[in-house]
Order: sequence, then structure tokens, then C-alpha cells
Amino acid sequence: MSEFKLSCEAAREVEEICEKFHNDPGELISILHETQSKLGYLPEPVQRIIAGKLGIAPQKVYGVVTFYSFFTMTPKGRIPISVCLGTACYVRGADKLLEEFKRVLNIDVGETTPDGKFSLDCLRCVGACGLAPVATVGDKVYGRLNPSDIKKIVAEYAD
Amino acid sequence: MENMINLLIDKRPVSVPKGTTVLDAAASIGINIPALCHMDLKGTCVKSSPAACRICVVEIEGRRNLAPSCATMVTEGMVVSTNSARVVRARKTVAELILSDHPNDCLTCPKCNHCELQQLVTRFNIREMPYKGEQSERKKEVTAAITRNMDKCILCRRCESMCNNVQTVGVLGAVKRGFETTIAPTFDRMFSETDCTYCGQCVAVCPTGALTERDNTDRLLEDLNNPDKIVIAQPAPAVRVALGEEFGMKPGTIVTGKLAASLRALGFDYVFDTDFGADLTIMEEGAEILHRLKAFLGGDKSVKLPIMTSCCPAWVNFYEHNYPDLLEYPSSAKSPAQMFGAIAKTYWAQKMGIPREKLVVVSVMPCLAKKYECEREEFKVNGNPDVDYSISTRELARLIKRSNIDWNKLPDEDFDKPLGESSGAAAIFGATGGVMEAALRTVYEVYTGKTLPRIEFTEVRGLDGIKEAEIDLNGFKLKVCVAHTLGNARILMDKLRAGDLPYHVVEVMACPGGCIDGGGQPYHHGNVDIIKARAKAIYAEDSGKPIRKSHENPDIQKLYKEFLGEPLSERSHQLLHTHYFDKSIK
Repeated sequence: MSEFKLSCEAAREVEEICEKFHNDPGELISILHETQSKLGYLPEPVQRIIAGKLGIAPQKVYGVVTFYSFFTMTPKGRIPISVCLGTACYVRGADKLLEEFKRVLNIDVGETTPDGKFSLDCLRCVGACGLAPVATVGDKVYGRLNPSDIKKIVAEYAD
Repeated sequence: MENMINLLIDKRPVSVPKGTTVLDAAASIGINIPALCHMDLKGTCVKSSPAACRICVVEIEGRRNLAPSCATMVTEGMVVSTNSARVVRARKTVAELILSDHPNDCLTCPKCNHCELQQLVTRFNIREMPYKGEQSERKKEVTAAITRNMDKCILCRRCESMCNNVQTVGVLGAVKRGFETTIAPTFDRMFSETDCTYCGQCVAVCPTGALTERDNTDRLLEDLNNPDKIVIAQPAPAVRVALGEEFGMKPGTIVTGKLAASLRALGFDYVFDTDFGADLTIMEEGAEILHRLKAFLGGDKSVKLPIMTSCCPAWVNFYEHNYPDLLEYPSSAKSPAQMFGAIAKTYWAQKMGIPREKLVVVSVMPCLAKKYECEREEFKVNGNPDVDYSISTRELARLIKRSNIDWNKLPDEDFDKPLGESSGAAAIFGATGGVMEAALRTVYEVYTGKTLPRIEFTEVRGLDGIKEAEIDLNGFKLKVCVAHTLGNARILMDKLRAGDLPYHVVEVMACPGGCIDGGGQPYHHGNVDIIKARAKAIYAEDSGKPIRKSHENPDIQKLYKEFLGEPLSERSHQLLHTHYFDKSIK
């Protein structure tokens, strides 16, 4: 059904999570939370395994996954990029940073580059308002950014 | 009485049992509160009341907010107003807000004149669109059976209730949230990539034009006007007890004669009857029942029992998708419509000297899954289908109107011979329990060699979800079971999988009440009395027939004598039987 192939271990892991919650359909959200924290995202085969274990239609699982913005069906890149849209960053032009990241990476917010390297997200405040506007790339925090810096930063992560 | 609740609705006293909704309490004294998302076919398992649309709000004394009457239970001393200025204003605003995210292209909408939203707009005297909002862009899709245009969806959730609670197919449901919410198949795929059975019950309950049938009327008009084609019709049993509704006739009016006349007036070269195919189905399926029973009674432990009916194409899809491990239980007999097609394009075509590619077989069905059934590869010979395509009861009504035929002036005519002759047993195929009853009439007489003392098997009639009966066959107790809706079918199939289904024969129909409430029938708009009236008419049609047992149909007897030989003969197997496929989604 899906291009994504789930490894046997990952499939087993998902089943174990379901069993830990006694395959209770009422625990669907908790199961999705734990699965996403283990696998990073919730692709279709994973949702089908959960539906099967819980004895509910895959549509129900899909409905919940798409309802809550926390859940994601796209894998994060190896280097996740987050642009802070908190008040301090926003008034100092974070929206323009975000636009530039979108342009340079050629992806939208919530998406991952086709090579699986970068993913782009927004967040609200990393506690570095003094350095606004701020973006995090991997584990590193970049402050006092200008849109013109973005291309250079992305280039730092060339293979 | 202790459990009665007394209240005032629009200043009128009313006393109703505890647990009644304000909406139903009002209806009991003739106050018809408008509702949109709410649907309740009382006496069946069909119910959807998510209180999502707020069209049915009323004012209740002592409550700050307006209350949805469909989901508010009556309480002692309640004072309700259903038409105060505040209520009327709110109700109109709710409708206007729904319209702000609706295409409002009613003139060309396939649901025009049958749309419940359109009816409310007229009823609320809405003469302009005060709100202009962003329009949501949602998916459109045309499958073999169903057309989906979710821009017209008002999120009433009726289809979701049908697909999940009633049919347990679990394909349609809400995804995303807020303004982006849409009703979509699993993983936002196309219907064809899901477990959808094409039962069409989502279409039967959709209040707007979001879910409709795939329209084959233009294709049919072209064929009817093509001098190189011989076009023949076969209408299903359930069509003749519902078609009249489309022309303002009382539900339950039998219009068999006008149906034949209208098809002839449309230009069909021959007007035959699927009922002939139904009699043929009983011959083959009945023989298969007897064959398995005899083996079972002879001590053969490998016999698959219960044998299950296989007339209903949505039910076939359901077990191919969900019970691929149990495919040996259903009868291998094709549906009546497909049997008809196979015989028309061989026996009859040869008799008439018509080459297969010149012959167009069109079925008129209460059903949408039949459209898909026609497209199954195993029902084609060198790419040429046994039944070329299917139109629904509603499509036929539209064609009659479009072709300038005055319904009221149509005479009563007969079907053509030989594929138009049928018994009363075939007529009742359209109601839940009908196939079982028809099979029992033949199986009993063939097995016992005696004439049935009582031809009606009333214990398998009616709207109960699962019915059972025991029939004495010369001392052998034949246990039978009848289920309608796929949810009830699932209960039986789960028992079968667990090895605990103690019957010999089981009938399943996917739609509530059987084909009379199929996805292609005139819309019932939530009125269960319409379905009951159609069922009554089906049984009246049966009792009015001179021949009431399939094996006594003279043209069926002739077909076996001239062409097929015996039921379950090699030729019968080749033309009238099929096999099933594992269609589970891995």
C-alpha cells in the first residue's frame, strides 16, 4: 500500500506499545504519543498496525492523527530546522527568515527535503529572546539572523 | 403513568415517555422542527444524531443557550419554544453560515430538487447570501459506483454513521480539523483503494450533492440512439415498488406495468426482467444448497456450512475484503443480474442471431454496487461484459422525464419473453429474507418431493436485523438465518470464524431492509414508513403472481431443457457460477 516499508523490529515495537496499553481503543492517543516518540512519526503502515491491534478501522486512527497537529505522518529530517515565531522573534522579522528557509530548502513548513536531510518547522520560543530572531538547526541555535544568512547556514551542513 | 414526562411545546401540553428527545416529542403533536444532520430510521439500526449542524435548535425556558432538539431529552415541566423570534433568527443564521462555505451551484447540482439543504433554504425564506467566506477545496472523485464531490459536504456525519456504525466498513470518516475538516476515505485515498464495498448507503443518506451515484444516463442515451446496437433492459425486483415515488405516487405503489412501458418508450429493443435471473439463481443456488446438505448428511466433514447467499454485490465485496479466509462458504452462484447477462449474451443472443458485440445489456437496479459488479473482470468475455452497465432507479426516473414521457399516461405493459417471465419467488428478492424464502420454496419441494403446505415463510420477513427459522425437511431440521446491513453480517462472520455459526443456510443483504432501501433508490429522507411500504408492495407483488415458485417458471424449465441441462451442469458452472478473491488490504 505504501512506499514506506516498516522494519520487523519497528513493527514489533509498535505492537508492544499497543499491548502495554492492553490494546484498549480508549488509549489510542497515548499509544500514538508513545509510538511517535519512538519512531519520530506515524506513517500509514504504523497506523494500520495500531488499528489492527485495537480492533478499530484504520480510518479512525487516521482521523485522530490528522486532527491533532502534534502528530505527524512525515518523517523529520536528519537535521531538523525550527524557526522561532515567538513574539520577540516575530517582531524582529522571523516570518522573513521562515520564508527564506522555505525558498532555500524548497519545502513548506512541516515538510522534509526529498533526500531526508532537512525538515522545517516553527516553534514558539527557545528561551533566547535576547538573540531574536532565532532558529535552531540540529542541536545548534543561531541568533540575530538575517534572511541573507540562511543560504550560508544551510551550506554549513553540506555532506 | 410513571415513566411519562409532561412538558409544554409551543404552549401545547405533551406527554411522552422518558428518554424521548424534544424533536420527537414535538413531532408527536405535529410540530415538525427542521433538522439536517439528524437521521433516524426508527425500528432499524440506522441512526445518526451527532448534533453537529444546530439547525434544530429550540429555546428552553431557564436555559441560557439554545438547545439542539435532536439531542436534548425532555424533562418534567420543560417549556419549549420551537419558533420564537430568537430561534427563527438563529436557525436562519446557521443555514446562512453553512451556505457561506457551499458551492451554491444548485441549478446544475445532481441533487437539485432532492437536496435537504436546498429545502431548508426555501423553508427559511433565505433570499440572499449575507456571508461570503473562504471556500474549502476538497476532493472530487468518480468511481465505478459513487461520485464524490466533497465541496458540497456540510459535515453532517450521516455517511460516517452509515459507513462505521451501521455497515462497519469503516472507510468514511472525518479527517483534519477546523476549517480544513473533510469527510474522507481511509488515508485520504480513493474509494477504489480502500475497503469500500460500494453499498451506496452513504449516498442514500447524504443530504446534499456531496455523495451521489455515478451517472450512466448519457451513455445509455447514446446506445439507445445507435442503430448498430440492440439494447435490452433488465430491471431488478425492488425497482418496481419504488420508481413511482419519483413521479409523486404513494410509497409502495406497484408500477411493474408502467416500468415495462417506460423502458419500451425509452427505446429499448427488448424489455426483459432481472426477476427471470432471480428464478435462475434459485435453481442454481438451491441445487448448491441441496448438494452441500446431502454431502453433510452423508457424513462428509469437509462440507462448508452454512452456505451463504451471494446475490448482493456489496456483501460480496465485504467478505472479499474482510473475510478472505472464509471464501468457500458463500454460494458460487452469480447474482441474478449477472446470470441474466450471461444467458442473454449466449442462449438468447444465439437464438436471435445477434453477435455479442452488438448486444448491450443494461440493468436497472436499486443498487450502486451493481455498477461496480458489471466492471468485474471475471464477468467479461474477451473484455465484453455480460452486463454492460447499470443505472439506478433514480437515473431511470431522470431519463423518463428527460425523454418527454408522460408517466401518468403510460399504459401497463408486460415484459418480453422469454427472459421476462418470472415467479413470485423472484419478486421478493428485493426485501430482506426474500432470497431465503424463495430458496426455501424450491429446496423444500425438491428435497421432500412434497408440495409446500404453506408457501409463505413469514418468520424470515420483517426489519429485525438478524432473523432465524427452523424448517422441517422430512424430519431434518434445516436451520436458516437472515441478516441485513453489513454490521449484522459482520456479527455472523465473526461467529463463523470462531466456529460458532450453527446454521445451514444464511442470507445477507448489505442495505437496511434489503434492496428496497438500496443506494440507488428514490431518497427516503429518513422516513422509515417509505421502506416499510416498499416491503409490503414486494410481498403483494408475490401473492399476485400465478406462479410463485422458481422451479415452476416455464421459461426457466425451457432454458434448462434447451440449453443448460441440469442445475450445476458443466454449462451452468461455466455461465452462472463464479469464484471469489482475496481483496484484503495488506
